[in-house]
Amino acid sequence: MLGLGKKDAVLLGIVAALTILAPFIFNPFPVNSAMAQFNAGYPDLLQRFVIFGIFAIGYNLLFGLTGYLSFGHAAFLGVGSYAAVWMFKLLSMNVLPAIVLSVIAAGLFAVIIGYISLRRSGIYFAILTLAFAQMTYALAYSVLTPITGGETGLQLALNDPRILGAGPSPDGNLPVPSLFGLEMSDSVQLSMGDWLFTFSAGYYFSALVMLVAFYMAIRIFRSPFGMMLRAIKSNQQRMNYTGLNARPYTLMAFVISGMYAGLAGGLMASMDPLAGAERMYWTASGEVVLMTILGGVGTLIGPVLGAGLIKYMENIISKINADILHGWFAFMPDGLEDFIVAIIYPFIGKGWHLTLGIIFMAVVIFLPGGLVEGGQRIARLFRRRKTNAGGTDDTGSSSSNDPAE
Amino acid sequence: MDAIILQILNGLDKGSAYALIALGLTLIFGTLGVVNFAHGALFMIGAFCAVTLSRLLNSSYTVIDETKTDFLGNPLKVDMPYVIDWFGPEFGAGLIDWAVPLSILFAIPIMILIGVIMERGLIKHFYARPHADQILVTFGLAIVLQEIIKYYYGANPIPTPAPEAFKGSFDFGQLIGLEVNQIIYPYWRLVYFAFAAVVIGSVFAFLQFTTFGMVVRAGMADRETVQLLGINIDRRFTIMFGIAAAVAGLAGVMYAPITSPNYHMGMDFLVLSFVVVVVGGMGSLPGAVLAGFLLGILESFASMGAVIDLLPGINQIIIYLVAIVILLTRPRGLMGRKGVMEE
Repeated sequence: MLGLGKKDAVLLGIVAALTILAPFIFNPFPVNSAMAQFNAGYPDLLQRFVIFGIFAIGYNLLFGLTGYLSFGHAAFLGVGSYAAVWMFKLLSMNVLPAIVLSVIAAGLFAVIIGYISLRRSGIYFAILTLAFAQMTYALAYSVLTPITGGETGLQLALNDPRILGAGPSPDGNLPVPSLFGLEMSDSVQLSMGDWLFTFSAGYYFSALVMLVAFYMAIRIFRSPFGMMLRAIKSNQQRMNYTGLNARPYTLMAFVISGMYAGLAGGLMASMDPLAGAERMYWTASGEVVLMTILGGVGTLIGPVLGAGLIKYMENIISKINADILHGWFAFMPDGLEDFIVAIIYPFIGKGWHLTLGIIFMAVVIFLPGGLVEGGQRIARLFRRRKTNAGGTDDTGSSSSNDPAE
Repeated sequence: MDAIILQILNGLDKGSAYALIALGLTLIFGTLGVVNFAHGALFMIGAFCAVTLSRLLNSSYTVIDETKTDFLGNPLKVDMPYVIDWFGPEFGAGLIDWAVPLSILFAIPIMILIGVIMERGLIKHFYARPHADQILVTFGLAIVLQEIIKYYYGANPIPTPAPEAFKGSFDFGQLIGLEVNQIIYPYWRLVYFAFAAVVIGSVFAFLQFTTFGMVVRAGMADRETVQLLGINIDRRFTIMFGIAAAVAGLAGVMYAPITSPNYHMGMDFLVLSFVVVVVGGMGSLPGAVLAGFLLGILESFASMGAVIDLLPGINQIIIYLVAIVILLTRPRGLMGRKGVMEE
């Protein structure tokens, strides 16, 4: 199907089903129940899942396949956002041209930065990309203020010279981004008993884009080009000795992954038409590294999982406060309750970064392959137990199967 | 002329901080071959050592002062710091005033301990893994350390004043024969520079003139041979990690009066310090120090009004720009050794 192997087609199908049903899946608790705060079914968060999923998929195409650790990828995300907002200001509120321009702008930018940075590798490459991203960030804040809006960020204004399409609506509000009339902020709510599900146009549009991006990532992974990138990762010197110049391939990978970041930035601006320089700060670049590592470097599904997990934690854990904790542990004796709440308290609410840092360190130390490797280990454990129970000794199957790779 | 001297002076304090952090980073890299992204966090912890000591010295109990009354006519309640109670008003107040310099004594053992625990507990397990993994795990550690500090000290900067004797500024221009009020320079920044020079000098002297330092230098050059000679080089490298952590911590302690410590100050310095290390040359100690001062001074020149008029925004990007140019033209950095991290 679609030029994919059977396993990849199944994987794509699973991801497609998950994204389409996400408003149900992430909303398992009734509105009024005590667990309702774990619901992640609201459009803002779902959009962030898929948009950062795209960002991480693209990052993984560079880091996962070639092993080049870029610490400046957020710059492309920022460039994409700015390009999209300018398209809204100058051309029309349709999201398609905005996203196309943001991909192109980020791609061009990646060509320049990649051409220079890829002359070095390893830690030097990381520092170079970091330096470029920090320069972009500093310039966006200071000199480029006419283009970027400086500290306030780039926003729509009532007097934008939009060539095609709507000016301000009759009641003087700013127009909203739309896809041929379908507004991105539109949503349909479905109430079933105690449950309330929200289906947002913006989410489904982003999800569709993510599925396309995911499909393309699978194709790149399976292509001879992807094979070449993996060869570069495993031994670049040997590649050079066989008479092959690796740099065009790494540059291509860098540009593709920059375009993915630009796509994510364009989508972000389409969901909420403003762009700020803080999206390019180096901690934002660090975040996408965290997502990719957490999910599993070099695997297909890993980055999406990592992006989802981090965004979920950011939104859900940071919402828990001491009162909620006391509510959960109310069944315990008083002293014990206070004790447990006091232990957990630093890790929730504003402290969620601490939780993130600890989980991240644990993953790097114990599970270098991320969540995907964790899943594989568990699966292998079960498989071994089953074969033991059956009394057959089947060692060949335990190492070969690898659902995500 | 006076403008140039002023910019050089202004660059010195930041340059000192860059040089100290970069020196520690290079020590760790040169000995253990580890790229330590948590080094900025060590700098930050050092600054919070100063905060902690000044809080400890200020801890007080309430006494009722019978001689004074508040506006309602009741006897006034006064906070009485314990140190004043114990050591008498003059010496006690002096202790409180000198909290930041005293923190140096307090910070050295703490930082060495933290460094040794870090190396033995975590980084030891990462020698055999790729540099990318080392970067990632220390990056995670930096997040954890900074969040712990944030939890205990809050997110706001905590002002930590310098001793009364070093507050204010003096006329540096007059000292070197210029007119009055040409070059006004704060005392503490000069102290910081002198302090940095002493620390850097003692690290170099330690490596150059002691047997321990000689063994460490031999280990940096050829670890395997040193081990074959029956020397436990791992233990010495662990101690060097502790010393590198202490250097970063001391840089942080003395920086506390210049910038009120906050939990993310380490991250801000870390990125620049890495650029400094790369410019100076991975693994070269003099290179790190030289590049630190060079970039600090360049940064302060770039923020002169005349330069900004000519090239707007240059002060924000000069360090990165220099780093990019140097990395592309001199791949080994200014003073990098052959064969160290040349991929």
